[in-house]
Amino acid sequence: MQPLLELKGLTKYFPVTGGFIFKRQVGNVHAVDGVDLKVGEGETVGLVGESGCGKSTLGRLAARLYEPTFGKVLYRGQDISTASRRELKPIRPEIQMIFQDPYSSLNPRQTVGAIISGPMEINGINPPGGHEKRVRELLETVGLNPEHYNRFPHEFSGGQRQRIGIARALALNPKLIIADEPVSALDVSIQAQVINLLQELQRDLGIAFLFIAHDLAVVRHFSQRVAVMYLGKVVEVGDRESIYLRPRHPYTHALLSAVPEATVEDEPRQRIRLAGDVPSPINPPTGCRFRTRCWKAQERCAEEAPPLIQLAGNREGHLTACHFPEAPTTSGEDVVLDPALA
Amino acid sequence: MTIPSETTAEPATVTASADSGGAPVGRSPGQLMWRRFRRDPTGMASAVIVLFFILVAIGAPLISMLYGKDPYTQYGQERPDLLNEFGYPLGANGGISSEFWFGIEPGLGRDVFMQLVYGIRTSLLIALVATIATTLIGIVIGIVAGYVGGRTDYFIGRVIDVLLSFPSTLFIIAFMPVLENLMVKPDEETPVWLRAASLIIFLTVFGWAALARLLRGNVLSLREREFVEAAKVTGASPARIVFKELLPNLWTPILIQSTLLLPALVTSEAALSFLGVGMIEPTPDWGRMFLRGTEVYTDDITYLMFPGIALLIFVIAFNLLGDSVRDAFDPKIRR
Ligand SMILES: Nc1ncnc2c1ncn2[C@@H]1O[C@H](COP(=O)(O)OP(=O)(O)O)[C@@H](O)[C@H]1O
Ligand code: SF4
Ligand SMILES: [Mg+2]
Repeated sequence: MQPLLELKGLTKYFPVTGGFIFKRQVGNVHAVDGVDLKVGEGETVGLVGESGCGKSTLGRLAARLYEPTFGKVLYRGQDISTASRRELKPIRPEIQMIFQDPYSSLNPRQTVGAIISGPMEINGINPPGGHEKRVRELLETVGLNPEHYNRFPHEFSGGQRQRIGIARALALNPKLIIADEPVSALDVSIQAQVINLLQELQRDLGIAFLFIAHDLAVVRHFSQRVAVMYLGKVVEVGDRESIYLRPRHPYTHALLSAVPEATVEDEPRQRIRLAGDVPSPINPPTGCRFRTRCWKAQERCAEEAPPLIQLAGNREGHLTACHFPEAPTTSGEDVVLDPALA
Repeated sequence: MTIPSETTAEPATVTASADSGGAPVGRSPGQLMWRRFRRDPTGMASAVIVLFFILVAIGAPLISMLYGKDPYTQYGQERPDLLNEFGYPLGANGGISSEFWFGIEPGLGRDVFMQLVYGIRTSLLIALVATIATTLIGIVIGIVAGYVGGRTDYFIGRVIDVLLSFPSTLFIIAFMPVLENLMVKPDEETPVWLRAASLIIFLTVFGWAALARLLRGNVLSLREREFVEAAKVTGASPARIVFKELLPNLWTPILIQSTLLLPALVTSEAALSFLGVGMIEPTPDWGRMFLRGTEVYTDDITYLMFPGIALLIFVIAFNLLGDSVRDAFDPKIRR
């Protein structure tokens, strides 16, 4: 079956300029580098990685806010990677986004009503009963008081603002929502409420989600499939069970060991402390990009980039990019790379 | 990470009232600004003074009618009891009397009160037209530079650099006679409209750069806000993004800048007239009254006092008003 969204070799370089008076390009930020990913109709895919690894860039490429440097974005098989604003017009309503920062994602000079009805205005959608009625319905759907139609964003809390952003994304009845860390700016107590709301909406409306998060805990209950990203590349992708219970990539192991509720079983969980920082995406390491922090790295890792393939013993669709994968379990020896962290 | 917008600093009580239901109609940032402004006594007082000057300028013909005099008639020449043989007022304090409220101009013998009222009218009108033109050009160029970016932005940025470092007053003083030579035949008089138009054009050409640079910076930071991306994702056109998403967030700096620009242009206009490249006789002008005042102040200090004090009050009041407007818009920088 044709996936709803398909990313093929998707790459985005941001030019780095330098020089005094005369600016010239001195390099590239390899924000996203050759990513392949599919999202099926009604499917929920989690995208996880440390901050700065290119998740937001990937989300914006998929929503065509950015034009890719190389590679393709296919929506229902149609290549939209270089489509103009006019060519995108019929597709725009189907792909919507929820943003990370509830403060900068709502225009402070517009009322809630104007914010949520804007998308309908732009696309010439006139719901029965008018825009205001539809906005009130949407406010109710996301758990806000419909009487707050005429209020301004500064009168709401962070969680409420995020709900307004969700209502805006729903206004066009999208088929795919790209949620870029929709809860990471919120209080922990409110995060669960917002995730539950998204999960309910997903179930009721059958919307496909690309859910971006910086740790595995947030997407655990939400995602049918999970992709793990490191420095612009997908290093492991698979169904939820494979990723949480039988991960193979050392980086996935490291991320899981940082998740408090990761082990369902009572077996003692492996603890991994990663040493050092994420290397600069301007000069990513040769070969495997994770090798500067990997405890299993060998010479081959520096010479040859590991392809994203299905390893022996892995389930269908569970792909890993590693020359020397870990055992498919979440328990094992503790790994402490930096003695200072022990 | 994105920095939370300025509105996060809003009082927590407002947020609390949103939670508890309350009135269904919210207060816009503009309404909040107006409430803060009304509570600022300095701001309100200076607004009243500024308004007074504006009413004087608008109502000059009415004042002239009620007062029974005009700024052109040379009363001192017509009536021998007003000026002495050297052309100075006979009466004390520059000839102030119940008939000539602010006294009589030395030499020509015109009424000072009427000259000042009409002088304010001339200067304010020129400054107002120049302010509006400057603001419009500044808005358009600033938004284009910030939103389009790239080469356009680079080019506009260099033009702004040049204009801001240009010795504009010197240029105007040097260029005005040249312009007049080109436009007016030697045997003709310089028409008033030519002086007015060239003043407005000069002030505008050298004035827009500061506002454009400020707005460019604002647009650059607004452009990165996620609400602009949200609009793009829903298919908004660039025009809609500029007019519906960006412009409403730019009214604050625009309003603050133009309330500070207007008094600056009034003084510029007065200064240029004082230097002899502004409005010419017989059109009454605030700055030229100064010029005449400095010529006669050793014998008749009163003539310099009225335009001087009026201009001082006007500029101070307008600048205080500008400060209050800024404070009301941005409560965080309040000292
Ligand atoms: N518009 C941009 N211009 C230049 N560099 C950018 C831009 N957006 C992101 N980057 C860089 O690309 C890398 C990936 O950023 P991002 O996609 O925001 O990561 P994440 O969302 O995973 O934190 C970072 O190094 C960031 O500095
Ligand atoms: S390829 Fe080598 S460096 Fe990369 S994750 Fe696997 S073992 Fe580590
Ligand atoms: Mg991000």
